[in-house]
Amino acid sequence: MNNLVWLLASLALAIAPHLDHMPLWAGPLCLALGMWRLVVARGKAKLPNKWFLFGLTAAITAGILGTFHTLLGRDAGVTLLVAMIALKLMEMKSPRDTMVLIFLSYFLVITGFLYSQSIPMAFYLFVVVLVTTTTMIGYQDVNGGLGVRPRLRLAGSLLVQAVPLMLVLFVLFPRVPPLWGLPKDAHAGMTGLSDSMSPGSISQLIGSEAIAFRVRFDGPPPHPNTRYWRGPVLWDYDGRSWSTRTPLDGAAAQVEPLGEALRYTLTLEPHNQRWLFALDLPATLPPGSRAGGDMQILAQSPVQHRLRYSLASHTDYRFGVTLAENERQRALRLPADANPRSLELAGRWRGTHENPRAIVDAALGMFRNQDFIYTLSPPLLGQQAVDEFLFGTRRGFCEHYAGAFVFLMRAAGIPARVVTGYQGGEMNPLGDYLIVRQSDAHAWAEVWLAGQGWVRIDPTAAVSPDRVESGIAAALPEAELPLALTQLDIAWLQRMRMSWDLVNNNWNQWVLGYGQERQRSFLSHFHASLASWQGMIVTLAAGIVALLGAIALWMLWHVPRRGSDPVQAAYRTFCARLARRGITRAPHEGPADFALRAAHTRPDLTAQIDRITQLYIRLRYGRPWNAAGELRQAVRRFRP
Amino acid sequence: MAGFAQRLATGSARRPSRATSFLRQLLRPAPDATPVTLTQRRIYVLPTRPGLIFALMLGAMLLGSINYGNSMGFVLTFLLGSLAVVSILHTWRNLAQLTISAGKGTAVFAGQDARFEICLDNPGSFPRHAIGLRAGGVTGGFADVMPHQVACLTFTLPARQRGLLQAPSFTLFSTFPLGLFRAWTHLDLDMHCLVYPRPAPEALPLPLVKARTGPGFSHGEGHDDFIGLRTWHHGDSLRHVAWKAVAREQGMLAKQFSGEAQQDVWLEWDALAGMETEARLSRLARWVLDADAAAQRYGMRLPNRALAPGLGEDHRRQCLEALASFGL
Repeated sequence: MNNLVWLLASLALAIAPHLDHMPLWAGPLCLALGMWRLVVARGKAKLPNKWFLFGLTAAITAGILGTFHTLLGRDAGVTLLVAMIALKLMEMKSPRDTMVLIFLSYFLVITGFLYSQSIPMAFYLFVVVLVTTTTMIGYQDVNGGLGVRPRLRLAGSLLVQAVPLMLVLFVLFPRVPPLWGLPKDAHAGMTGLSDSMSPGSISQLIGSEAIAFRVRFDGPPPHPNTRYWRGPVLWDYDGRSWSTRTPLDGAAAQVEPLGEALRYTLTLEPHNQRWLFALDLPATLPPGSRAGGDMQILAQSPVQHRLRYSLASHTDYRFGVTLAENERQRALRLPADANPRSLELAGRWRGTHENPRAIVDAALGMFRNQDFIYTLSPPLLGQQAVDEFLFGTRRGFCEHYAGAFVFLMRAAGIPARVVTGYQGGEMNPLGDYLIVRQSDAHAWAEVWLAGQGWVRIDPTAAVSPDRVESGIAAALPEAELPLALTQLDIAWLQRMRMSWDLVNNNWNQWVLGYGQERQRSFLSHFHASLASWQGMIVTLAAGIVALLGAIALWMLWHVPRRGSDPVQAAYRTFCARLARRGITRAPHEGPADFALRAAHTRPDLTAQIDRITQLYIRLRYGRPWNAAGELRQAVRRFRP
Repeated sequence: MAGFAQRLATGSARRPSRATSFLRQLLRPAPDATPVTLTQRRIYVLPTRPGLIFALMLGAMLLGSINYGNSMGFVLTFLLGSLAVVSILHTWRNLAQLTISAGKGTAVFAGQDARFEICLDNPGSFPRHAIGLRAGGVTGGFADVMPHQVACLTFTLPARQRGLLQAPSFTLFSTFPLGLFRAWTHLDLDMHCLVYPRPAPEALPLPLVKARTGPGFSHGEGHDDFIGLRTWHHGDSLRHVAWKAVAREQGMLAKQFSGEAQQDVWLEWDALAGMETEARLSRLARWVLDADAAAQRYGMRLPNRALAPGLGEDHRRQCLEALASFGL
């Protein structure tokens, strides 16, 4: 009964983190079956028969198919596993069934890590492992002699003893690439920029405190207003959203640096998209990636694991001075009949301003000088979005300004495109690295000017200079800030946030990011031979043997050896005390003979000698008998 | 294993012929002298069936961790693997250095179950848990042994024939703490249980033999008139205990009676001529029990020895022992 409660508790703890990605009926179903089992154990109900279970299994399978349209995949698989555990409870009879359920509880823990590997989650799941191990011990303690506390303590000490071995395995077990493909939904639910931009698509990211990436600079970090992190470059406008239907092919653009290179290492959180981010504008590319003429960096496959790469960038640069004809056409294309008033405005500018630069300034001047407002909650826009924004609502977020600006430029005959990415970031003074969050998402424009190539223009900066200088929290009015971005003024809270991020960063870098590359570079610090898997295996084996030996020795320390038998020890003391008085026991002399001889030499001690010898002989050779304490006491009092 | 089964089958009290005795000696090495200390060499450890399932699960978890590149998956897999490995040592230590000795065996009648007691002495400073005893394919219970304490386990064996019943070898095992591994030791202690002949079922009247001069007669004690109290001796019938005196805390006193001395009964081997040996022994055993129950002083005469008339627990035991070991 007690064991069953523990078993149900450990299963419940292991299932709990899965509740939010299972269908709604799964949680109550598990609860109901668990309660049923408990009532059965009390003898107040019966277990269901085979047909009922068969029907229930069919219903559950149908339910899972109805929700996920598959039985494979991460979410469907976990739901199926949880349901099968609940059903197994209903036919648990033999001790082996119990063991299988305990093992499944452990298995649920590992599925929990498919969803989150954060520090709090790891801690929680470690507690689940502790409880499950305690349950396991409870089932082995057949006489029930162990209370809850000793069982927990034993489980804890087993786990603590397992930790050194686990560390050796973790560090030295050779990491290999995945052996086969993963289900489609393995990496679902990641946040980040998307491959298209429409009004509202970036502002929805602003509420997210999630980390986009972290950057450690080799030298001093760049000035905040040059921290433009280049992401997807969007060429094509369909009257509603900006996107890139086919990536620009051709070689990477020639970048002409105009200043010192900035070197840094960027750790990108997985976002399940192919593009990588770099400080505008990168001079080198991360290994295995490529970039087209628009300098949008693409990895070979979607980023599904935390990715680290080192780059060099120039914040002062010139690139794309010569513009290919197909690029020019693409950078001027606009949908027909869209936004006539904006087209007309651009046409007017074209007639009055002598060069493209003046037109750019005119557009920025309009944003700066007229009543445009930078806001996170702009009014909805209709069919002619740019017209309505420029001549009607005049309230918008960065995607409104960037989109409208590029539209105007194209209408005025200036090649232009939208660039999305992140702007800014927050330095963590404790760890000396920059944190870029989803809330730093941003969109800006690039225009092509003869002789200067592609030039970055940020229309948002014209409306709200604070956005670029001090970040999003400073640029928006207090009332509009999402909850995540408020309260930043409290110093200790800020410090705690930074410390926590530092811990998280190290966790990501050293624990979660410990893959093939990291393992090799880390281990080769110690010895060159450790960089190969053969070297790792040999060291691993040696480490395991050494650790097990150490644990075995430590445990044996508590097992008395032949000499440390308390009865034997007491008798040895007795002989030693007699030896000091000149009565030495010969090696061949039995205890009885020795007692006779000793008593003959020292008749005054006869009673004591007899008593000790009798106790000893009885303890040593007689029936098992709990009188070792009596003998010890008698010897202690024996002072010849 | 075959030898073990054979030993069980032949574990009777019959005196074996010279040939079988030789065979038994070959099959069965000399029993361990008690007490036996479980040293490293005596303890074996192997995974249990759930342990093998656990290993399979760990394999699946490792594959999953590799495929998903999931670091915490690796951590958990390695932690559970290490946990299992550490549990080997704990399981092994649960038996290590225990001192095993044979406990007291009580004599039984043929047809009853003989009980053998195994005592586990824990010389260590940590408790041992759930140590099981298995003999003849039956698990005889589990014991927990606290530090510096002794705990005993028993197992039973049907006593089919009178004589000295040799205990079979047995196994002490433990799967504590996780049940993934099983440590065990196989022991063959020199343990015996005396089996009395099965008492004959039908109740024949006790043979009345003419009284001779015997130790009981000269005392002049009888059952007629109460004459006083004397100190109760071990061997006196409990029926003569003066319980009122006991209740007054005057100690164990026996009532003495005067009058015509009751005649002693002699249970004679020769009186049962024409019967088989075992049947005679059964009949004599029945008479011993009947006479004892009736508080009738009795003596017994076997071809090789005679037991003077007497009464009481010790006398009864001596008679039954003589019957059990007759001819062996």
